[in-house]
Amino acid sequence: MVLSRDGSASLFSDSPAGTLRLLMYIALAAVLMVLDHRNGWLQQARYASALVIEPVYRLAGLPSAGVEAARTAFADRSRLIEDNRHLREALLIANARLNRMAAVDQQNQRLKQLLDVQRTLGMNAQLARVIDIDLDPFRHRIVLNAGRRQGVRPGQAVIDAHGIVGQVIEVLPDTAVVLLITDPSHAIPVTVARTGLRAIADGSAAGDRLELPNVPISADLRVGDRLLSSGLGGRFPAGFPVGTVTAVRPDRSGMYARAWARPAADLGRVSEVLLLRDLADPVGPPAPAPAAGPAATLKPAVARSAGTSP
Amino acid sequence: MNRLRARRMMFWGSLLLALLLMLVPLPVALLPLKPYWPALVLLYWTLEAPEHISIGLAFAVGLGADLLDGVLLGEQALRLTVLVFLALRFRSRLRFFPMWQQTLAVLLLLLNDRVLLLAVRLFAGDPWPPAAYWLAPFAGALLWPFVFLLFDNLRARLRVRDG
Repeated sequence: MVLSRDGSASLFSDSPAGTLRLLMYIALAAVLMVLDHRNGWLQQARYASALVIEPVYRLAGLPSAGVEAARTAFADRSRLIEDNRHLREALLIANARLNRMAAVDQQNQRLKQLLDVQRTLGMNAQLARVIDIDLDPFRHRIVLNAGRRQGVRPGQAVIDAHGIVGQVIEVLPDTAVVLLITDPSHAIPVTVARTGLRAIADGSAAGDRLELPNVPISADLRVGDRLLSSGLGGRFPAGFPVGTVTAVRPDRSGMYARAWARPAADLGRVSEVLLLRDLADPVGPPAPAPAAGPAATLKPAVARSAGTSP
Repeated sequence: MNRLRARRMMFWGSLLLALLLMLVPLPVALLPLKPYWPALVLLYWTLEAPEHISIGLAFAVGLGADLLDGVLLGEQALRLTVLVFLALRFRSRLRFFPMWQQTLAVLLLLLNDRVLLLAVRLFAGDPWPPAAYWLAPFAGALLWPFVFLLFDNLRARLRVRDG
């Protein structure tokens, strides 16, 4: 900079060299932003510099981890006992429910076999802890302590005990960044549990809720309806709770209704999440049906060539 | 020699601390109030020790912050570059303002920074942010006198101990 150390720069001096340099850096930043926006360079740069970034994340997460540890250490005995009893009861109830579900699941499997449906959702989940750091108050992202070395891949769905949390968007060697379903740039296909109405739930700029734009005005959608993931699009598995409708209003044009929903997952205080290993079945044309009927060798040649065309 | 090293350590340490503070979480209710720490620290050094500061350094710190934040490469580099440029340009006046006037000036700089960020985000296709978006500069300006006095005090101590 043109400032001299003895402070002889005049109070109102205009320094063309400084302005030129500013313009140069602004141009450089603009070029970087555009290139990154187009090509996603940042992710590659971040992956390359993970050796630096990850310890910084762990370090920045220390204060809140310390607070949590202190809270556990100084919590009084009676409250811990109370907690323990509470969890035990919850486990008992959950186990009972699970046993019943196992029977239903078996029955379901049998029925599916009868219907010859191939799709089974063998759920394979991996537990990950949230590193409590704040990347940007107006972007809804969380950082997990598992990454590529732990087998995390971009696109995996992330859930907690209550519902869908979001999806993995970036993977570093030992860290992953999750985009929450409340982020304004996120959208998740849902169905209304009561009616089967399909819609898309966007995140909102306000952050703590979901928005369903463009619901037909005649659609049967009420406050209190539960939204489940529909599984369309193939990113999220079907049937997980997404949220509860809190308000439905016609939009400005009067042609569509707009609904708001509260996310089912505990997004504000989530500290442990499950990463679903199996990516949901991609939705597309069904696989070609297996050859049924007489053995292939017995078929006439013309029919065989027609049958094997893709 | 020793004094120089201590001061240099304080300079780099404060920049690293600012980047770290940027990541440290706050309770959800206070989240929109989180001040933009790298801007405050860079402003302090621009006013008090401009021989350490250049636009290039601001750009580099911004790139580092972008790398940590993982949002858009170059976004914070742009913001910090503009901020430091303005502060350098008006430094000789800002320095001799009384504290409340300086705080107002910092508020204006931080608001300008926010406008710049908004422009970048809207360009990138983000929706209009909620009203709470505009709170952070005020929190930053309120903190400014304390940051300023704390740093001044630290620097004075270093000087006394080594001098």
